Amino acid sequence: MGVPTLAVWKFASCDGCQLTLLDCEDELLAIASQVKIAHFVEASSAIQPGPYDVSLVEGSITTAADAERIRRVREMSRTLVTIGACATAGGVQALRNFADVREFTSVVYARPDYISALGTSTPIAAHVDVDFELHGCPIDRRQLLEVITALLVGRKPNVPAHSVCFECKQRGNVCVVIAHGTPCLGPVTHAGCGALCPAHHRGCYGCFGPMETPNAGAQVGLLRAAGMDEADVRRAFRTFNTGAPAFIDLSQVTTGPPPGLGPRDIPEG
Amino acid sequence: MSHKTDRTLVVRALARVEGEGAMHVKVRGGAVQDVRLEIYEPPRFFEALLRGRRHTEPPDITARICGICPVAYQMSACLAIEAACGIEVSDAVTDLRRLLYCGEWIESHALHIYLLHAPDFLGYASALDLARNGRGTGLVERGLKLKKAGNAIMELVGGRAIHPVNVRVGGFYRAPSKTEVASLAENLRVALDLALDTVTWAAGFEFPDFHHDHEMLALVTPGQYAIDRGTVASTGGLSFGPAEFEDYVIEEQVPHSTALHARLAGRGRYLTGPTARYTLSRQWLSPLARQAADAAGLGADCRNPFRSILVRAVEVVYAVDEALRLIDRYEPPAPCYLEVPPRAAVGHGATEAPRGVLFHRYAIDAAGLITSARIVPPTSQNQASIEDDLRRFVGDRLDLDDQQLTRQCEQAIRNYDPCISCSTHFLDLTVDRG
Repeated sequence: MGVPTLAVWKFASCDGCQLTLLDCEDELLAIASQVKIAHFVEASSAIQPGPYDVSLVEGSITTAADAERIRRVREMSRTLVTIGACATAGGVQALRNFADVREFTSVVYARPDYISALGTSTPIAAHVDVDFELHGCPIDRRQLLEVITALLVGRKPNVPAHSVCFECKQRGNVCVVIAHGTPCLGPVTHAGCGALCPAHHRGCYGCFGPMETPNAGAQVGLLRAAGMDEADVRRAFRTFNTGAPAFIDLSQVTTGPPPGLGPRDIPEG
Repeated sequence: MSHKTDRTLVVRALARVEGEGAMHVKVRGGAVQDVRLEIYEPPRFFEALLRGRRHTEPPDITARICGICPVAYQMSACLAIEAACGIEVSDAVTDLRRLLYCGEWIESHALHIYLLHAPDFLGYASALDLARNGRGTGLVERGLKLKKAGNAIMELVGGRAIHPVNVRVGGFYRAPSKTEVASLAENLRVALDLALDTVTWAAGFEFPDFHHDHEMLALVTPGQYAIDRGTVASTGGLSFGPAEFEDYVIEEQVPHSTALHARLAGRGRYLTGPTARYTLSRQWLSPLARQAADAAGLGADCRNPFRSILVRAVEVVYAVDEALRLIDRYEPPAPCYLEVPPRAAVGHGATEAPRGVLFHRYAIDAAGLITSARIVPPTSQNQASIEDDLRRFVGDRLDLDDQQLTRQCEQAIRNYDPCISCSTHFLDLTVDRG
């Protein structure tokens, strides 16, 4: 077999996830010596035709033309990996899914008739088969390197699907919920960031999307006990992973705080 | 083959820019008839989706407009909301914000200089191709080291390099300790040498003879090179505060772009970004950065957009030098943030993103929900000037064949480091000669 080829594609997004590849400052040249970077418009004006062994896809589908383009990308790609919250869950721009896109257009543009956009922002998997999804807004550099390395040697990437709570324990963070009553989405959020927010004395805001099996009722009760109202809870789950089914469910749970079981009732010490 | 009086130049995917756009140049009767920078990055409607969000959310939400300059969005958002709520943060918080912002300037400029723009001057398709060439390996490694030094600041102060988590309206969630901040210095002292070498290296490039006459606009903060705040000034003598921005700058929609075009009321197109900053604030560069600029042959102003790579290199020297100064006098702000209770008001904020002035305005209600938002990114302000440059640039070079002319046009677009994700993203360049 020859040198494997890698392609990087962009749909509606901020560029941050593909930038993560260029942010591998210590590994970038080593990667480039192991794979042929055949299509990466942001980094190179030399574009090789497909097919490609691995395609990394950033961004969500928000136009009819992009819905067509992702089908062509799929046809040209042996393995297709989606990277980031836009590609895996529609991104922050999926907030339009709960609104009227025509009204949205008229707020931003004086001539909405010049703009062609779909009423929804949808993840790549809603359009084509996806071989592996890497979560995060943005994705984590170490996880990206793990996925590329695993694909190169032909094994399954080791990317745990447990919650941010595990990472807090591993890192030795003080639990911001228990210690400070800070609302935190960590118990239902996919690991990968290394529990960054709690390490900065802030509650997790869910940018890696839902973990494998979130307990919706318990999580919403916890947020309500920490002082969030129903609208706050809805907003919390409708931000960067707006289109993730588990977060849509969580945004619709109307549970109040569990009587007498809020984190502030846990005895000190 | 190349001297037809009617022709169309087309580049379907302009590479090495952030985002998706297209360029169309039409030549008729030996004259440039039409130049269009087409931006077809799908709109993401940030200004619409911010409505109904809490006044504490814009730093996190607007960071997602751009993965390359998220700090700029966070800083302009914080300033605007703090202004609306009548909060003034401490000098210590302002200094820590400036340090974080220096990290973003270093990271973003190093990315543009080494990975996006330099391959044009050296005749390579990408920095990775350059790295495969024996001499080029060290160059690209130097660029990546410099970029990493910027990211190290972002990671320590911001929590992560892309979409930092530590910034909040009113300050920071956590103030890094003195020891942590001091640990950045050693690496930055190395980076300072790399940055100075970068200026010397870029000064040796061949720059096309081309000058523009755009009015240039940037923030100024007398006493220091403007980054994290300032009043707006122009080479045409304008001077106004961020709150008056919308009185002076008018945004218009054109059919071929999902980014709005900005112009100065009653004056027309203008230019923002590194060359505008340099021209308006050269005297506030640190002595080391000013020496580097002098040695590189940059004069009192810079009106050759191709030399913007040199100005970026000088700004990297400044940002590293300034970061070292801030690290040296760092005391953790206590408290690290102020509570910012909402009130019904409108607030404006402007800072110098790596690509130029970034303006935000928010209206907030008494409950702390956002009722309207407006964001004017640098690339949308520069679109008309980029088009004007191309019109004149192509007009002077009609004797070149299509391939050469197209390549030079792409390079001319990269002079502006257009960030199309910001303005909305993919450049597709076409030159139509009939």
